[in-house]
Amino acid sequence: MTLELSLNQQPAHTRQGSSIGQPLTRRDGFLKVTGAARYAADNHPSGMLYAVLAVSSIARGRVAALDVEAAKAHKGVVEVMTPRNRPALAADPDAKDHPFMFRLDLLQNEEVRYPNQTIAVVIAETLEAATEGAALLSPRYEALPARVGLDDAESFVPRGVGVGNPAVQHKGDVEAGLKSAKTRIEATYETPAQYHNAMEPHAIVAAWDGDKLSIDTPSQGLAMAQGRISGLFGIAPQNIHIRSPFLGGGFGSKGMISGPQVLGVLAARLVGRPVKLVLRREQMYGPVGHRAPTRQTLRMGMDGEGRLTAIHHHAKTASSTFDDFFEPAADASHTLYASPAITTSHEAVRLDTGTPLFMRAPGEATGSIALESAIDEAAHACGMDPLEFRLRNYAEVEPMTGKPFSSKALRECYSQAAKAFGWASRPLQPRLMRDADGFLTGWGVGTATFPAIMFQAEARAVLKADGSGLMETGAQDMGQGAWTAFAQIAADGLGLDIDQVDFRAGSSDLPNAGIAGGSGHTATAGMAIHNAGAAVIARLADLATGNEASPLFGADNEGVVARGGRLYRRDDENRSESYAEILTRAGLTEIEGHGKGAPDAASQETYAKHAHGAVFAEVKVDPDFGQIRVTRLVGAFAAGRVINPRLVRSQYYGGMIWGVSFALHEEAITDRRSGRIQNANLAEYHVPVNADVPSVEAILIHEDDPYVNALGIKGVGEIGIIGTAGAVANAVWHATGVRPRRFPIRIEDLLG
Amino acid sequence: MTKIPVHLDINGTHHHLELEPRVTLLDALRDRLGLTGTKKGCDHGQCGACTVHVDGERVLACLTLAAQTEGRTITTIEGLAREGELHPVQAAFLEQDAFQCGYCTPGQIMSAVACIREGHAGSDEEIREYMAGNLCRCGAYPHIVAAVRQAALEVAS
Repeated sequence: MTLELSLNQQPAHTRQGSSIGQPLTRRDGFLKVTGAARYAADNHPSGMLYAVLAVSSIARGRVAALDVEAAKAHKGVVEVMTPRNRPALAADPDAKDHPFMFRLDLLQNEEVRYPNQTIAVVIAETLEAATEGAALLSPRYEALPARVGLDDAESFVPRGVGVGNPAVQHKGDVEAGLKSAKTRIEATYETPAQYHNAMEPHAIVAAWDGDKLSIDTPSQGLAMAQGRISGLFGIAPQNIHIRSPFLGGGFGSKGMISGPQVLGVLAARLVGRPVKLVLRREQMYGPVGHRAPTRQTLRMGMDGEGRLTAIHHHAKTASSTFDDFFEPAADASHTLYASPAITTSHEAVRLDTGTPLFMRAPGEATGSIALESAIDEAAHACGMDPLEFRLRNYAEVEPMTGKPFSSKALRECYSQAAKAFGWASRPLQPRLMRDADGFLTGWGVGTATFPAIMFQAEARAVLKADGSGLMETGAQDMGQGAWTAFAQIAADGLGLDIDQVDFRAGSSDLPNAGIAGGSGHTATAGMAIHNAGAAVIARLADLATGNEASPLFGADNEGVVARGGRLYRRDDENRSESYAEILTRAGLTEIEGHGKGAPDAASQETYAKHAHGAVFAEVKVDPDFGQIRVTRLVGAFAAGRVINPRLVRSQYYGGMIWGVSFALHEEAITDRRSGRIQNANLAEYHVPVNADVPSVEAILIHEDDPYVNALGIKGVGEIGIIGTAGAVANAVWHATGVRPRRFPIRIEDLLG
Repeated sequence: MTKIPVHLDINGTHHHLELEPRVTLLDALRDRLGLTGTKKGCDHGQCGACTVHVDGERVLACLTLAAQTEGRTITTIEGLAREGELHPVQAAFLEQDAFQCGYCTPGQIMSAVACIREGHAGSDEEIREYMAGNLCRCGAYPHIVAAVRQAALEVAS
């Protein structure tokens, strides 16, 4: 897809030289502010029908009866898809060939294993008819008691947590460390189930043409989605075209294709017409993943100078009854604080919920709020300022592995954010600050860290005889700014002005850009783009330096540089030639090059690679009613090279607001009797609104990292949430003297 | 279900539709008229993504039946820019990076235009309060406030 960006968008930030590092406005911004950006549900192919899910209102049992006739009798209803007539699949949706193949509910039988699981799909000429048809199904169930809480099922040690980390890891002797400690703390914290709640509900428009399938659906991983559908339907990946130019938010929930999206494809096959299926908001609380609840216990020991002698971080969490994803909460203690002895351990139960999945900073966010709270408790037990305590236990090497950090500007983060916040005047003891209106005021700090992850990606670069360039990779923009940041990297990679580069992304017929997740998309696809640019420039240089008619003749590849659509001799910049001249003389209309992005195995062995940050929070608490308001947030983050500071600041702000939400707002509440989620809507599942969000400041700390990748990119999408949640919790303690130990923090917990 | 005639004046264009009475203004805009800039986030009036103007006031299109707007003047995000020239609020959102995924943006912008017109953009606190009906899960709020503040000054000058 080529973006149409003509109209009156002024190039407000044109510049000479590098595009990377420039605070360009979003290249897709014009489409987004005019309503012209086309999201999946905005598509409407000719002859399209509407599909609406009927979902289970029990958590466990089976569907005994559905009144399919009543639904079909409603005017406009075309078909009702149930386990009896659902088209055959080439693969069992319950098969699990590898750990990242998650089991899907595709009407394979009448069993219900979580609330809001699909039990039928009604397909109709209009949305209204399909919606009414779904209501007319009036399901009857044979229900079994639901298991909803962390104490409701037998606990076990999972085989792996997160992306396959060991459930239990040791370094040193924690018990000995605790025994030798002068001061010890032990505390247990609880975090709730949380749901991604991207503003755009999962949607799909699917159209079959024989064995070819055309799909519009939001995806954070186009190639993975294509592969999954290929396996389920037994058709070749190249016969499946998925378009996902814009995601209305993802946060992990659109990483893997979900059951309802596949049901849209099945519905289209059943009726032989294009079908649109959009989840209703309440239907997003089940089949598209969530963050599992945790109960975490931290034990820490400190010597007489406030140095940690041991950390034991234990997390209990939950997965579904039928699949495995275990929130790796305790692993948050691997990276941040130096300690001679560290143990992290996990246990889990199986509950009647949809399978939990990756949600923005999976493990890191949950683990961080507990770790940062415990560190604060430890600092208080030692009579130390919480920032001084963190600096006392600053990790010069990665605590769990002993590896040196590829770069770590955390000290600068602490100092600059503390200065901007005014931390130095903070009283050590809690409940000592009040504002002019008598509100209890508290200041807290939290440390952030997130691994600099890379996946695999490919890109294709083209230079044309008219002097322009093309860069293609199937990258996904869920709001982080891929359309812009990748175009900037492409412009530099091709040695062209950004306006001379046609950047194409968001479609499965382009080279595989890997997944937009793990804060690794910019680094991974960015390196593929960078390398594809280098490859095509090398070809161009060959054409010039090998031709006697070129002013660059005789210079080898290393002897030329590309800039502004020209190749220059490195040792004599008066000798240069434009791309157009080189290609025209060679009689070529265009040349192309390919590049890959992938982690460097050697440096991976040698270095620990992480982004870091420090967040300071101010809260005000009503002394009589316990109401909490966050009034100020200041964060400083060091995450390698920044491609576009305007976009990066937005990512940090968004993450920090998620941190506020984690501490004060979000929680899915399950009814213990029915197992249903009671607040499966945006009124009662609280996410921050504009009035909940205080003054926010994010300081970008410069960091050169030659080891993460050639571009020096670490990733910024998730780190903002980490540290912030703990900073808010610690500020609440400092305001009130009451230590929050379950989240979100409740008024009743403060009033005792 | 019997259809009824509905006459809608949208973005300066007159439309005559035959609709079932149960069709919401949001679904009429999106499914019948191809005006898909207005978004559906919750369909329950809880998120604000479907905000449009009816007779100049902000209204949640998902909680409004199309038939209720018979003969009234409707403005959607598609009707805000004039001859390719962005409305000051749209330009401010672009410049301040007041969105990320962009899905809530049409509703935010329609709310912001009304917020300024209502005289509720006098301070950051007031903007936060009067923009609180439009959820943004990406957390673009600080930049939304900055954009509304900037646009309010431009509109006033």
